[in-house]
Amino acid sequence: MNRFLWPLIGFVVLVALLAVGLNLNPRDVPSPLVGKPAPSFSLPRLHAPDQQFSPKEMLGKVWMLNVWASWCVSCRQEHPLLVELARRQTVPLVGLNYKEVRGDGAIDMDKVAPDSEKGMVLQRAADWLAKHGDPYTLSVLDIDGRVGIDYGVYGVPETYVIDKTGIIRMKQTGPITPDVLSGKILPLLTELSK
Amino acid sequence: MKRGLMILLLALAGFGGNLLHAGEAQPLAEDELTEKRLIAISSELRCLVCQNESLAGSHAELANDLRREIRTLINEGKSDNEIMEFMVSRYGDFVRYRPPLKGTTLLLWFGPGLLFVLGLAGLARYLRRRDLAVRDTPLTAEEQRQAELLLHDQDPSQGRS
Repeated sequence: MNRFLWPLIGFVVLVALLAVGLNLNPRDVPSPLVGKPAPSFSLPRLHAPDQQFSPKEMLGKVWMLNVWASWCVSCRQEHPLLVELARRQTVPLVGLNYKEVRGDGAIDMDKVAPDSEKGMVLQRAADWLAKHGDPYTLSVLDIDGRVGIDYGVYGVPETYVIDKTGIIRMKQTGPITPDVLSGKILPLLTELSK
Repeated sequence: MKRGLMILLLALAGFGGNLLHAGEAQPLAEDELTEKRLIAISSELRCLVCQNESLAGSHAELANDLRREIRTLINEGKSDNEIMEFMVSRYGDFVRYRPPLKGTTLLLWFGPGLLFVLGLAGLARYLRRRDLAVRDTPLTAEEQRQAELLLHDQDPSQGRS
């Protein structure tokens, strides 16, 4: 009896550890930005390219920043949820259009003239929102992905919840699922809006 | 001698291959020193898109952007530590291949050593127990006689016992 007890315990522990390990999401890297001020930027707006938007303008409001691109497949998955969220007018949702042209693997950047890139970005982003619905209070254009680096973006879509003082309170990497929305984001928004 | 030379050549070939591979994803060097530092720094960093590849070796879009960013920082005169800090403040400790020693990484650093010590202790315990189990017990006169009998009784055609 005793002879088999310890190997059995070892086996059970091993199975438990493997089960936990298999259920972890290796893509879910904790962001060091949670609890820190949202990095500042100033970027042109999609529907008013002569105007710039900066996170400073949102001070005093709870808001969300959602990183998206028309080439991003998982963005389509979460998009209906965002549209629904916008319809309920919970909080302002700012879209960060990330590397709309450069990030698209199907586009050969050698064939894109440098001065035509911005025009392409505007066209493609606006078309996509017209087709799938525009949940964003406003969208800004991060054409070269430089602001994305400041926000630690590594897999679009990503979503940040930012409080009234401009502190990032939550980051979701990958598409927002109904579970994440109702279980984490909405309660957090209610708490922060108090 | 010939064999030794062969091994040496193979080792050199392997080494050269590695060097070539590390340089593969690098854009053309503009400034050799900058590129050397870039490779040194980015080899210490993880590419977050393809997580088991270093930033130096990765072909991912983001890796290209980050290498460009690091190159800019080098040209701005930032130290290696400042560049590391830049990356860690955006992507977290996960981006480093050598995680820092702190509360949450204690198990990571000392876990394997701990397992080794536990294994050694287990082995020592097992060996001691086995030693006790096979303690020497001298044969009785009767047993001795039987053993002798068996030994002498052996068929000589079967060779040495």
